[in-house]
Amino acid sequence: MNLSRNWLKEFVQIEATDREFDEAMTLSGSKVELTTRLDAEISNVVVGRIEEMVRHENSDHMWVCQVNVGQPDLVQIVTGAQNQKVGDLVPVALHNSTLPGGVKITKGKLRGVLSNGMLCSIQELGLTRNDFPYAAEDGLWILQEDCSIGQDINEVIGNDDSVVEFEITNNRPDCFSVIGLAREVAATFEKPLKLHEPVVKGGGEGTLTDLLDVDVQAEDLCPRYTARMVRNVRIAPSPKWMRQRLRASGVRPINNIVDITNYVMLEYGQPMHAFDYRYVNGHIVVRRAVEGDTMRTLDGVDRPIKPGMLVIADAEKPVGLAGIMGGENSEIVDDTVDVVFESANFDGTSIRQTALALGMRTEASAKFEKGLDILNTLPAVNRACELVELLGAGEVVDGVIDVLNYVPEPVELPLEPEKINRLLGLNLPESEMVSYLNRLEIPVVNGMVQVPSWRPDLRCMADLAEEVGRLYGYNKMPTTMFQGSTTQGRLSQAEVLERKAGTACRGMGYDEIMTYSFGSPAMFDSLRLPADSPLRRTIRILNPLGEDRSVMRTTAIPSMLEVLSRNDSYHAQQVRLYELAKVYLPKDGQRLPEEPKMLLLGAYGGKMDFYALKGAVETVLQAVGAKEPEFAPVTDNPIFHPGRCASVSVDGIYLGLLGQIHPLTAANYDLDCDTYVAEINFSDIAKVLAPEAVYHPLPKYQAVTRDIAVVCEEPVTVAALEKCILSAGGQLLRKVSLFDVFRGGSVPAGKKSVAFSLELRADDRTLTDADSDGVVSNVLKKLSEELNAVLR
Amino acid sequence: MKQQLEQIRTAAMKALEQAASPEELEALRVQFLGKKGELTAVLKMMGGLSAEERPVMGQLANTVRAEIEQKLDASRNVLKAKLLEAKLRSETLDVTVPGTRIPQGHRHPMNLALDEVKDVFVGMGFDIVDGPEVELSDYNFTRLNTPEGHPARDHSDTFYVTEDDEVLLRTQTSPIQIRVMETQQPPIRMFAPGRVYRKDEVDATHSPMFHQMEGLVVDKGITMTDLKGCLEQMVKALYGPDAVVRFRPHHFPFTEPSCEVDVQCFECHGAGCRTCKGEGWIELLGAGMVHPKVLAGCGIDPEVYSGFAFGVGLERMAMRRFAISDMRLIFENDVRFLEQF
Repeated sequence: MNLSRNWLKEFVQIEATDREFDEAMTLSGSKVELTTRLDAEISNVVVGRIEEMVRHENSDHMWVCQVNVGQPDLVQIVTGAQNQKVGDLVPVALHNSTLPGGVKITKGKLRGVLSNGMLCSIQELGLTRNDFPYAAEDGLWILQEDCSIGQDINEVIGNDDSVVEFEITNNRPDCFSVIGLAREVAATFEKPLKLHEPVVKGGGEGTLTDLLDVDVQAEDLCPRYTARMVRNVRIAPSPKWMRQRLRASGVRPINNIVDITNYVMLEYGQPMHAFDYRYVNGHIVVRRAVEGDTMRTLDGVDRPIKPGMLVIADAEKPVGLAGIMGGENSEIVDDTVDVVFESANFDGTSIRQTALALGMRTEASAKFEKGLDILNTLPAVNRACELVELLGAGEVVDGVIDVLNYVPEPVELPLEPEKINRLLGLNLPESEMVSYLNRLEIPVVNGMVQVPSWRPDLRCMADLAEEVGRLYGYNKMPTTMFQGSTTQGRLSQAEVLERKAGTACRGMGYDEIMTYSFGSPAMFDSLRLPADSPLRRTIRILNPLGEDRSVMRTTAIPSMLEVLSRNDSYHAQQVRLYELAKVYLPKDGQRLPEEPKMLLLGAYGGKMDFYALKGAVETVLQAVGAKEPEFAPVTDNPIFHPGRCASVSVDGIYLGLLGQIHPLTAANYDLDCDTYVAEINFSDIAKVLAPEAVYHPLPKYQAVTRDIAVVCEEPVTVAALEKCILSAGGQLLRKVSLFDVFRGGSVPAGKKSVAFSLELRADDRTLTDADSDGVVSNVLKKLSEELNAVLR
Repeated sequence: MKQQLEQIRTAAMKALEQAASPEELEALRVQFLGKKGELTAVLKMMGGLSAEERPVMGQLANTVRAEIEQKLDASRNVLKAKLLEAKLRSETLDVTVPGTRIPQGHRHPMNLALDEVKDVFVGMGFDIVDGPEVELSDYNFTRLNTPEGHPARDHSDTFYVTEDDEVLLRTQTSPIQIRVMETQQPPIRMFAPGRVYRKDEVDATHSPMFHQMEGLVVDKGITMTDLKGCLEQMVKALYGPDAVVRFRPHHFPFTEPSCEVDVQCFECHGAGCRTCKGEGWIELLGAGMVHPKVLAGCGIDPEVYSGFAFGVGLERMAMRRFAISDMRLIFENDVRFLEQF
């Protein structure tokens, strides 16, 4: 909402610089976004009178003018314009002047003749013929204003004004009007508000009820419809003061009747519409559109209206889109004779949905959306008629048609000073609260607050507390620290684990990333997942910003691969990344999906291989305090290399996958280097934490180490061998460590030699050779029996 | 004989003083103290002395031997020290050559900023909690006093997941307030950061997914001045004790009274500059006293309890903190960007 400070003066007189005004209004609740001086762009442009003009000696179209600008000497200016004559008053941009758009004018020679500035057209002053209709389309602006030689042109234009742009919140539709803002200004600065009751003389020919009938069929969408009529209108430009106020408010002047509707909309916040009486045939019907209705709005566009949208119609056809825009078929034109003014109250939601569906949000629809004061339609239509008479634009017919389908109950609220003080943390006397409310034109009678019809936001004690608080001043309130029951602040367990995991990842050189939760459904094809993969069951966004962001991810591997790929394309040689990323898994019988958090590791380049990735996973699990993980080969996951992929689980709980990305999958992400990714269900890690550490006494007796190397078939895994050794080793075997895997040489093809170091120890004695031999022979026996692994 | 011993002593002392290597020292030891050495040779002549002279000479000879041995040790130590010194000198390194580092990864700047805020609130007794991102419209809107037909619910602003518009991607972290209040009786102090979604195209200052941080305090006797105190504390913890804040009225459906909190521009200290777009203030967050309807809807009696809530945008806070000019950098994850933090 743009407010002209000059217009504001009609309602409230205040002394404040722009900056003081902005600050005071912002702090009382009407946030100022920007204040613009209308004269900021034009400087050193004055009114001048052409005293002499002769042809330019070197040009057949230019004139050399001697101009009186109120200085002792005449100023010589060359112009190419043709519409001026001696004695005309024109705008003169002097040497070192500025014009809108950052244009600077300095003196110079035009074809050899000195020109000390420029004579201006209205366009050069940032105006149009809507602002000054008599000005020439081409050529200089020959001033017909009440002005004097040497006067600053800004004063002549009406630019000695500041326009304040307010951010109006949804709860204050009343502030989308000059009067509404003036009320806030008066309350803020503690100055009286001067409002004016419109007075209409009337006397226009005929009886209104004979001339016009209004039939509101869609009562639910049109609580009130108020209309008046004006006859024998004389369409003409509106007066300068009105044009200035419209222009300052960002509205283009058109003609007196249209300007009046816009003026009243700005002043009262009540959208108005003017119909040409000829084209509504004496009937106005407010109804929902039906199949077959068509509508061309007054901007000349055919609108695809749908049944159910609210329209204003004559007996047969729609003549306007209610609350949004009038129809071309009933527009005010130069030969319009009789006019119907509509001042109605429409249902905000219906207007908003129609405007949205048709993609035509207008000044009027934006106001209706917020919900307007139903009692405002009558004063607004009367004000329009008053202005018609003031401008001499026509004769107002007596009487008003006012269809009122809903009479709002007056709202009364008890003023509860103790509760208000308790909520705010203040100790204000009741009288002070009353005075704040009174300043806002809210009466308080016998302790009851009489809520005005324009304040639908005041419905409970807390609402009144806000009014009191903001006029007292939020910044004046003291600051306190809340008391009461002590609470212990905590990070959640999940958060603690995440921080540990993150620290471990960064300690290994992995950088943290942050990726979008949604992606393209094509991501599953890029991963080469089969059609029946459960990961393809996603939460789909019904109204996405494009297909690329239309499904919630069920795995964060695509996010990781995209980031790896992007960095590869930026020529990063070696990349290590991690992310704690939510995925969204639909569950049968639940409205909402599960949202577990996954730990992603991704890497390429440098000394990266499967075991480096596995080591990183093991390190993170150790860092968060999980029990020992188990890994098993996974050969059939299309995302991963079939020979270099493992599942990881702890205590039989499956946590996720890690491995080298299958080259075909990698290729789908334009990754041609070996790429490694792990995805671990981090939310499940809390289930597999090792019990808290308890001290065990240090061993008193020395341990003995025995190394063994066995030869076995290639498919037998190290994990299987280890498990077998541990089960055969008995209590004395404390630790098994792999130290070599060897192929070739004396080891037959298809077989491998695997060497382990066994640590043996007893708690109560030093082991003898016989003890150790016994353990080793048990181990070897079992290895041979169960896995066909024989001593090398 | 005495003279001979004195000569040996003088000669030995001098020679030992000048010895320059362990080998030389060893040769001198042999020369003076060895079986065929000079002192031994003199002692062999002891037999020819008188009984009176013998113990005197014997004592003198022992003294000379002891002195030579002592000197030998001393010289050996000096020499050793010199050698060590020389060796160390030869091992001198250029200490300006870079150290062998274990490369460390980097925390994402958004989480750096978030961790800081979380720690501030844990310190003030808040629990850090989480809530679902795919949320019921009931929690995201209705129970936050945002009824059907409200513009925020439009398909042009909110992502919906079900045809009946009942499931959506949450547009704010505020539904977590409801989830906490309906399961927990006061006192409540919770802080809930998380992802939120709005239908904004990606550009330098917008993203369809971004982060908010939600705070809620509900107890007996919570006042608007408490809200001011808590938020001022947060701002000072994050921006330093000299940060100046202001509170100005605003509107949110689920708080009443509502306010927005600005911090005085760090660049111009309120005079107005490019950073603050001439306003002198930078908008930080929205807040307010929990609307009585919202409390009542969660089974908390607004006549007994009151509370305040606030919501802060993380991206803008982090971007300002680290002078990040374009929001796209945050989600692009270029390692050249990540490694700056």
